[in-house]
Amino acid sequence: MSDNAKISIRDLNVYAGKSQILKDVNIEIPKNKITVILGPSGCGKTTLLKCLNRLTDLYPELRVTGEIMIDDNNILQAREDIYKLRQQMGLLSQRPYPLPMTIYNNIAYALKLRGIKKRREIQKLALHYLQQASLWDEVRTRLREPASRLSIGQQQRLCLARGLAVNPEIILADEPTSALDPISSQFIEETFLKLKNEYTIVLVTHVLRQAKRIADNVVFMYLGEVIEQGSVEEVFGNPRMEKTKQYLGGTFN
Amino acid sequence: MYLLNRQQRHVVNYSWMIVSLLLVAFLPFFLFLGLYLKSFLLLHDYSLVDLIFSREWRPSNGKFGFYPFIVGSVWVTLVAMIITAPICLLTAIYVTQYTKKYFLRIMHPAIDILAGIPSVVYGLWGILVVVPFISRYLGPWLEIKTMGYSILAASLVLSIMIIPFVLNILIEIFKSIPTELKEAALSLGATQWQTVKSVLLRKAMPGIIAAFGFGLARAFGETMAVLMVVGNVVRLPKSLFDPGYTLPALIANNYGEMMSIPRYDSALMFAALLLLIVSLFFNLVMHFFIVKYNKY
Repeated sequence: MSDNAKISIRDLNVYAGKSQILKDVNIEIPKNKITVILGPSGCGKTTLLKCLNRLTDLYPELRVTGEIMIDDNNILQAREDIYKLRQQMGLLSQRPYPLPMTIYNNIAYALKLRGIKKRREIQKLALHYLQQASLWDEVRTRLREPASRLSIGQQQRLCLARGLAVNPEIILADEPTSALDPISSQFIEETFLKLKNEYTIVLVTHVLRQAKRIADNVVFMYLGEVIEQGSVEEVFGNPRMEKTKQYLGGTFN
Repeated sequence: MYLLNRQQRHVVNYSWMIVSLLLVAFLPFFLFLGLYLKSFLLLHDYSLVDLIFSREWRPSNGKFGFYPFIVGSVWVTLVAMIITAPICLLTAIYVTQYTKKYFLRIMHPAIDILAGIPSVVYGLWGILVVVPFISRYLGPWLEIKTMGYSILAASLVLSIMIIPFVLNILIEIFKSIPTELKEAALSLGATQWQTVKSVLLRKAMPGIIAAFGFGLARAFGETMAVLMVVGNVVRLPKSLFDPGYTLPALIANNYGEMMSIPRYDSALMFAALLLLIVSLFFNLVMHFFIVKYNKY
């Protein structure tokens, strides 16, 4: 593990029945950087993300081998406290899924799961996380409304605030802007750039321009394999592999 | 090629749709009206309060008290729902959230078979199994004298009858909740049970209420199986082990013979009217709760 790596994935293989979804994946994800995982649909990006917070456990048909080290701790080992582990990471999925409660309770629920019980403190922290996700100004007067009444873009930022509320060190984002309009997407991207000083961010996307705008590191995946990884300058400016060149040049088939 | 041109065909199709719609929309109204007119004779001679709250049922003496039937129906239905609701809810949660997928594939045909059995078969099963069980084992064990034909027997048979229906709806509802919502809760560090409790149940609440309302309406209107095991005694049941009588059973048991007494005929129509009104009431209450919980 290199010195500043937050997450280090070693020889990760994921099988679903006879087919293999991830093949010998080795990735180093540095601390306090935005690492973008890039690749066409169906290349295993989402599965990789689900391995990181063990949501793969939900799918008994998946078999996972290898090591995922987070701060020198192999999280794939069964004896890990899986609930604590998941609280190390905030998850942002493709479409926002607000919990079926009020806007305020979406955050309060996460805070309660973290073990915070005092009402005063919950209020204070809810404000803090809503501000951090640049949502506070829009919802300050409607905290008691059902979260489903927010626009999709607002819902996604609410989900981000909810993810931050468990006090994670890592943010996992699975194409978080693919369902959003350009302005909401920009909001999310700007928030990520602000957050990267405090968090390690892993962003899955297939939007090249988004990767170029906010990535520090890029991992290019194709058909379950890592083709190329490195800093954004290296991968975008001077790709070594033929597949990467084709994907970046738009001549992929 | 065609008898009519495009425009004319449009008009014909359109009018046909309107007619079908009106037919469906007004059917309950006509039902209601028909029953009301037929029970008018009784309503004209007796006050509504007397009919509903009087306990005496002697048609030959001109006494028409529906209270025992109403109480019997409500008892049977409520007890059946109290048995059904937790069983269905827990089963649906278990098979959709905790077991592997193939388990549901085995369960589904079993549930469908249960749902397809005619009610008279359930009634027979009640007479052969449930009634003797209550009179020979459960009653003596609790030191209660009972002949087995009772509110409890009817409720048990009824709950077994409606479980497959309610369960099927509940399973579909839980299956329709997106996995991503579950993942969202789990990713916050919630346990499986916390996720079920505060996310799935809440999200599914309108559907759960609708499913229970559907079961309730079915239970309230179920005739055959209930009349076979409930005892058909016109008396206010004091406990679950007492026999009773229900509104649908009253109609079904007496419809053939009452033609000669006009008021009797009218009384049975009034029983049907009561059934209709009560189901309507159930529907309204259900609707209220669905709207209340649907905002999330």
